[in-house]
Amino acid sequence: MAIPLAYNVRSVFQRPVSTFTTAAGIGLTVAIFIGALALAEGFRASLVSTGSNDNALVLRKGADSEISSAISLESASIIRSSPGVATSPEGRSLASPEIVVVVNKDRLGMAGSSNLTVRGVDPAATGVRTALLLEEGRMFAPGSDEIIVAQRIAKRFANCEIGQKLRFEQRDFTVVGHFSAKGSAFESEIWGDASVLAPAMHREGVYQTLVFRMKDPGQFPAIKKALETDPRLQVEVFREREFFAKQSEMFTMIVTVLGTFITSIMAVGALFGAVNTMYATIGARTREIATLLVLGFSPLAVMLAFVVESLVISLLGGLIGCLLALPMNGITSSTTNFSSFSEQAFQFQVTPQVLLAGLAFSALLGLLGGFFPALHASRRPLAAALRGG
Amino acid sequence: MAWVEVREVHKQYQREKQAITVLDGLSLQIEEGEFVALMGPSGSGKTTLLNLIGGIDSPTSGDISVAGTNIARLSGAELARWRSNTIGYIFQLYNLMPVLTALQNVELPLLLHKMNGAERRKRATFALELVGLGDRLGHYPRQLSGGQEQRVAIARALVSDPKVLLADEPTGDLDRKSGEEVLQLLERLNTEFKKTIVMVTHDPHAAERAHRLVHLDKGVLSA
Repeated sequence: MAIPLAYNVRSVFQRPVSTFTTAAGIGLTVAIFIGALALAEGFRASLVSTGSNDNALVLRKGADSEISSAISLESASIIRSSPGVATSPEGRSLASPEIVVVVNKDRLGMAGSSNLTVRGVDPAATGVRTALLLEEGRMFAPGSDEIIVAQRIAKRFANCEIGQKLRFEQRDFTVVGHFSAKGSAFESEIWGDASVLAPAMHREGVYQTLVFRMKDPGQFPAIKKALETDPRLQVEVFREREFFAKQSEMFTMIVTVLGTFITSIMAVGALFGAVNTMYATIGARTREIATLLVLGFSPLAVMLAFVVESLVISLLGGLIGCLLALPMNGITSSTTNFSSFSEQAFQFQVTPQVLLAGLAFSALLGLLGGFFPALHASRRPLAAALRGG
Repeated sequence: MAWVEVREVHKQYQREKQAITVLDGLSLQIEEGEFVALMGPSGSGKTTLLNLIGGIDSPTSGDISVAGTNIARLSGAELARWRSNTIGYIFQLYNLMPVLTALQNVELPLLLHKMNGAERRKRATFALELVGLGDRLGHYPRQLSGGQEQRVAIARALVSDPKVLLADEPTGDLDRKSGEEVLQLLERLNTEFKKTIVMVTHDPHAAERAHRLVHLDKGVLSA
C-alpha cells in the first residue's frame, strides 16, 4: 500500500522557501526550454504557412532557393502558356514571373541595418497569391515606381511609412500600401512591379522564380513532369507550400539544437538544485522515514513517496516556467533566414503542445532529481536511521 | 514456548574496522500478557534488544521468536510485513508525521491492511478515544502537548491490534504529570486489553509499573 499522497504534498509546502527556490530554478529552465520551442514553432509556422497548395513554383534546375535561381524571359513565357496554368475570367494566365533581390536597409529605432527581400511581381500576382491582404493604403499601380511593404517590416525598418520613399540602387520608390499575408514569410517582404524593379535593380532579362496557379492542383505530378522534361526549360517544379516549408527546416533545426544546448546546461543546474533539495528534505526527515519503515511500509513505497514529492516540486516549477513563458506568445521577432539571407519576421508561438512539452520536461527533471535521494532514503539501515533522527 | 523468546543472541557492530559487541549471548523469555521493563546504563544494549525483538534490526547470531515466528531469518520485506502485523512501536520522541492530523497519523499503519476508508477512520477514532483524545482528531502534532503527542503515538501503535507493544523510553521526553498519564495508559493496555509490553526506561519510577524488571549491563543480563 502506498504512503498517502497528502503526506508528501503537505510536506512540500512545509518548507516553502526551499520548495520555492528549487521550483523557481526549474521554472527558469523550463521557460528557456519553452522559449526555444516557441521560437522554432513560430519560425516554422511562418514558413510552413507560406504559399498555397494550389500554386506551383518553378526554379532553375539545381537551385535550392529563390535567390540562387534564374529563369529566362523565354522560359517564363513558355511556362505561362503551358496547359497546366489556370487563367483568370479575363483570359490572362494566373502566373507571376518574379525577381527576388536582397537589399540592405536601415532598421528603425536601432543602430545598424539588415537584409530585406524585395519581390518584383507580375500584376497577375494578386490573383495567384490570394493570401495577400492590403491592410493600409492601396496596391502599387502597374508600371509605376510604387511599392507595397509588409506591415511587420514597416514597423522595423526606416522609411517604410505610406508616402515615404525607399531607395533601391539609384532609384526612389514610393510606399503606397502595407500588407499582411496570414503570418507567412511574405510578411517579411517588399513588393513592386517586376517590370519596373528589374531594370532598377539591374536584373533585366532574367527572373528568379515563376509561380503559377494550377488549373487542377490534383494534376501536379503531371504538370511537374511536363515542365521538368521540356528540354527548352531546365527547371524544377515544386508545390509552393512544400517549397517554403522545406526552407524552414535548416533554421528550425539550428534553433532546436541551440535551444536544446542552452536548455541542457540550465537543466544540469536545475537538476542539482532538485537533487540538493531532495537530499536536504530527506536528511531533515530521517526519523520520519525510519518511522514509516518501522510501521511496515516497504522501502519501495518510501522511495515512490519521495519521487512523488520531487515530482510535485518540479511540476510546480513547470507551472512557473509556463507562466514565465506565456507572455512570449505573439512577440514578433526576426532573424536571418539562411535560405534567403534576408530578414525573416516571425511570432513566438507558445502553443498548448509547447506548454505540455515544458511540463513534461519539468516532470523529467523531478524524476531524475528525486530518484537517487529517494533511493538513499529507502535504503538506510533502520536502527541507524532511528538514532540519526 | 514463551511469547517472546530470545536465545543466545549476539549483536556486533562494525565501527572503523573494530567489532563492537553490544549483546553478548543474551537469552530472555517474556510470557504473553507480561509487562516487562528493560533497564540499564547507557550502552548496555537495551534499545538494541528492543529493536531486535521488534524486527528493526537483525542479530549477528542467535534466534528470536515472537508469537511463534522465528524472525532472525526473515528477509527485509518479510520483516516489514511481519512488523505491520505483530508489533506496535512507541518512540521516545513520538515520531508523528507533522503534516498529518492525529487521526491521519493513527490511520497510517492501517493503510498496510486490507480495509476501506470508513473502517480505517472508525478504528483510528476508537484508538484515539481510548487514549483520551477523541476531541483532538483533526489536530496537527504542533497543536498538541508532548503528553498528547505521545498518546497519539500510543494510539498509532495499538490501532492495528499488535501482538506486542514495544516502548523505547516512552516518558523520557515528558514532564512528570504527562509521563504519569502515559504510564497509566500503558498499564491499562496491559491489564484491560492483555497487551504484552516491553518498555525500555531509565526511570525507576516508570519501571515500577512493570511486572518484571530486566537489568542489562554490557550486553548481558545482570541480577
